[in-house]
Amino acid sequence: MGTLGGHDGRERRWTGLDRLESRNRPPRSLLVALLLASITLITLDVSGGGSSPLEPARRVIGEAFGPAESAAAAAVRPFTAVPAWFRSKDDLADEVRDLEASNAELRGQVELAGFDRNRLEQYDGLTTAAADLGSALVPARVVALGSRQSQSFTVTIDAGSAAGLGPDMTVVNNEGLVGRVLRVTRGTATVLLITDPDSTVGGRVGSSMEIGFVTGSGSLDQDAGLDLRLVDDASIPARDDTVVTWGSATGPYAPGVPVGTITEVYTSLREASQRAVVKPFVDFSALDVVGVMVPSGSESDRAVVEADGSLR
Amino acid sequence: MSYLRWLAAFAAVVVALVVQVSLFPHLAWHGIVPNLCLLVVVAAALTVEAPFALVLGFAAGLTLDLAPPADHIAGRWALALTVAAFLAARMRQDVKPTALAVVGTVAAASFVATSLFALTGVLLDDPTMSIAGLLEVVLVALVWDVLLTPFVLPPLMRLFTRLNPQWAAQ
Repeated sequence: MGTLGGHDGRERRWTGLDRLESRNRPPRSLLVALLLASITLITLDVSGGGSSPLEPARRVIGEAFGPAESAAAAAVRPFTAVPAWFRSKDDLADEVRDLEASNAELRGQVELAGFDRNRLEQYDGLTTAAADLGSALVPARVVALGSRQSQSFTVTIDAGSAAGLGPDMTVVNNEGLVGRVLRVTRGTATVLLITDPDSTVGGRVGSSMEIGFVTGSGSLDQDAGLDLRLVDDASIPARDDTVVTWGSATGPYAPGVPVGTITEVYTSLREASQRAVVKPFVDFSALDVVGVMVPSGSESDRAVVEADGSLR
Repeated sequence: MSYLRWLAAFAAVVVALVVQVSLFPHLAWHGIVPNLCLLVVVAAALTVEAPFALVLGFAAGLTLDLAPPADHIAGRWALALTVAAFLAARMRQDVKPTALAVVGTVAAASFVATSLFALTGVLLDDPTMSIAGLLEVVLVALVWDVLLTPFVLPPLMRLFTRLNPQWAAQ
C-alpha cells in the first residue's frame, strides 16, 4: 500500500469499502459460538433421554406460551367454527354434551369390538369390565398443533395439571384413541398422537384377543394408517377386525380403547411376525374436542365426565 | 433504543410462534405450516446488523424447540435458524433490498433451514421419515414462506429499520 500513499482519495475509498464489507459480513466467531451452543443443547437433550436437563426449560416456556396459545386458539375458534355454526354453539354446555356423547359412544364401540365380551367370558364379571372404563374424562380442546416441518406429531390441549392431568394419561375423543400426555404445565398439556413414528401402543385384536404393537406411520393421512405387529406369528389378523388398546397397570394407555380397524395384512417371513395396516378411528387432521382419562374422583378445575355419564 | 429493538424482536417472535401453532394448522397443507419465526429472523437479518440477527435466529429457534407442542430434540431449530440468519445477513446489500431480493432471500433461508432441520433429524435418527416425505415438507414449506413474504416482511423490515440506532440517525 506504500506506493499508493499519495493517492489519498483512492485509499480512503478502499478503506471505506473495507468498513462497508465488514459491516455487511456477519461475524464468524459469533456464528461458530451459536452453532456450538445449538450442538451442545442437542447433545444434552439426546443424552438426557427421558430426564433431559432441558425438561425444566420446556416447562417454563410451556407455562409462558400455554396461556398465549389457548387465547389465540380461542380467538381463532369462532372463525374456524363458521361451517359448523348452525349445528352447534361454541360454549361449554355443548362441549360437555359432546363429551357425554363421546363417552357413551366409546363404550358402545368397545362392546362392538368384542373385546369386553371376550374378556367377560375369559376373566371377569361385568363389574370389572365396567370398572375398566370407569375412569373419568376431563374435557379439553386442542389449541396448538406441531407442524410437519418439526417432524413430530404432537398437539397442545388446554387442560393441565390444574385440571388433574399428569404425564402418561390416555387421551381419547368420541371416535377412539388419540394419544397420551407427554408433559403438563398448569394450564396446558402436550399430547403425543399415536400417528407419531415414535409412538408405540400395545394393541389387541378384538375378535382373537391376540396382542401386538401399534406404531405410528408419521402421516396425518387417515388411510396411511398405523402399523400393527402381532407377537404371535401363528395367528393371522382378519381384515375389518377392530384393534383396541391392550393396556396395563403401569403403561400409559388405558385398556380397551378402540384404536382402529385392520385394512390390510402382510406376512413378513424375515421377521417372523404378522404385520397389519390399521386405519385409525380418529381423524387426526380435524382434532378438536378430546377427553383425558383421569382416575375417577380426581380433583379438577373443570367439570369432569364420570364413568356413568354424570357430570361432576 | 437497543432495548426497544430487542423487545420488538422478542415480541415479533412470540406472536409469530403463537400464530404459527394456533392459527395456521387450520390452513395447513398436509400439516405443513409457514414458518413465521423464520420470516421474523430473515427480516431482522435484512435490516439490522448481523450479530443481532444471528442471536435472534438462535433465540427464535430455541423458542421453537421448547414451546409446547414441540417434542423433538431441542437445539435443532436453533441450529437451523442461526445458519439461516447467517446466510440472509451475507446476502444483504448495503442498499435497501429490492422486492425480488427479499423473496429470494426468504426462499433460500427457508430451504436451508427446513433442510437442515430435516438433516439433523436424519443424523440423530429422531423420527424416521422417508426422503420423499422430507422433500415434500421442504418444498411445501418454501412455497408457504414465499407466499407469506409480501404480508409479513415489509412491516417487520420497516419496524426493524425504524428501531435501528445507526440508520435512524441518517
